[in-house]
Amino acid sequence: MSAFRDQDPRIHGIQTKIRVVPDFPREGIMFQDITTLLLDPKAFKDTIDLFVERYKGENISVVAGIEARGFIFGPPIALAIGAKFVPLRKPKKLPGEVIKEEYVLEYGSDCLEMHVGAVSAGERALVVDDLIATGGTLRAAMNLLERAGAEVVECACVIELPDLKLFRSLIDSDSDYLDLAGS
Amino acid sequence: MFAGENGLQGDPRLKAISDAIRVVPHFPKPGIMFQDITTLLLDHKAFKDTVDIFVDRYRDMDISVVAGVEARGFLFGPSIALAIGAKFVPLRKPKKLPGEVISEKYVLEYGNDCLEMHVGDVNHGERAIIIDDLVATGGTLSAAITLLERVGAEVVECACVIGLPEFKGKCRLNGKPLYILVEPRQ
Repeated sequence: MSAFRDQDPRIHGIQTKIRVVPDFPREGIMFQDITTLLLDPKAFKDTIDLFVERYKGENISVVAGIEARGFIFGPPIALAIGAKFVPLRKPKKLPGEVIKEEYVLEYGSDCLEMHVGAVSAGERALVVDDLIATGGTLRAAMNLLERAGAEVVECACVIELPDLKLFRSLIDSDSDYLDLAGS
Repeated sequence: MFAGENGLQGDPRLKAISDAIRVVPHFPKPGIMFQDITTLLLDHKAFKDTVDIFVDRYRDMDISVVAGVEARGFLFGPSIALAIGAKFVPLRKPKKLPGEVISEKYVLEYGNDCLEMHVGDVNHGERAIIIDDLVATGGTLSAAITLLERVGAEVVECACVIGLPEFKGKCRLNGKPLYILVEPRQ
């Protein structure tokens, strides 16, 4: 669901700030670079404000961000809505006891980790990342939070790629996803 | 310099921030008492206070660039940048930034590593601060300072949540002042 796309005037400003870098990290991939968005204080602030306006008052106590670009958007949202921020990281980065969730990549697999005790059963959580492509990483993030007993209210991303093969599997779970700017 | 010696003497927020940091012994290797800031991020008030202390310090210093060192600098830098109206510039490990970059090598205990910044992110003459969660040897921050200076920015200060006690007083890194909130916990 691209909830805001045709409605809020700030969306266009955000969309124009995202830079496309062809053939990164491999030939054929049109990489959606959000670093140029971060260079525009107004557009960056608008991005955060759009998410904050949506989630404030929804009783969300956890914002989980996926390493590393989810760390850029997640904490400002968490701070503004009064939630804690939980980093979801690649293996061996978190120092304490962790739970792990494997997920499939185009070639091979990877793993996402979360600290034990970061999230309590019954907490309402948001997952934040810069972009949703196949949804594999977001699915792993949701699994981690659900294994800890949290309720994933929504996945929030700045960008959605149009070729969303896993759209159905995200919707089939009880969680929804929300993006601000299609590519 | 430490915040508690400089303007924030006795500020109760500093103790709460320190108390919220968890020490994990023998990570990533035996003998290292790892300062884990993830527990600080779980404490909304202490996390907000951390950001607010930096914002209060930098908001009137005409800073247009907040550079954050991957990945834990990303946890603090963007919120500070948003509050003071500056841009956020991520400084990353090799091959993560998609566009044209400049690179700066730095020395680790065993071997080297490298920090990269996008060309064009920062303009000549801009006033910048650099953020990371912790300063130990200063190797990573030194590389960050060099990257910014190579494009003609003025690094006003390096800001860290945690710093070793050797950075007390007027201690500088590559000639740049440091601003640190708390010492490592035992």
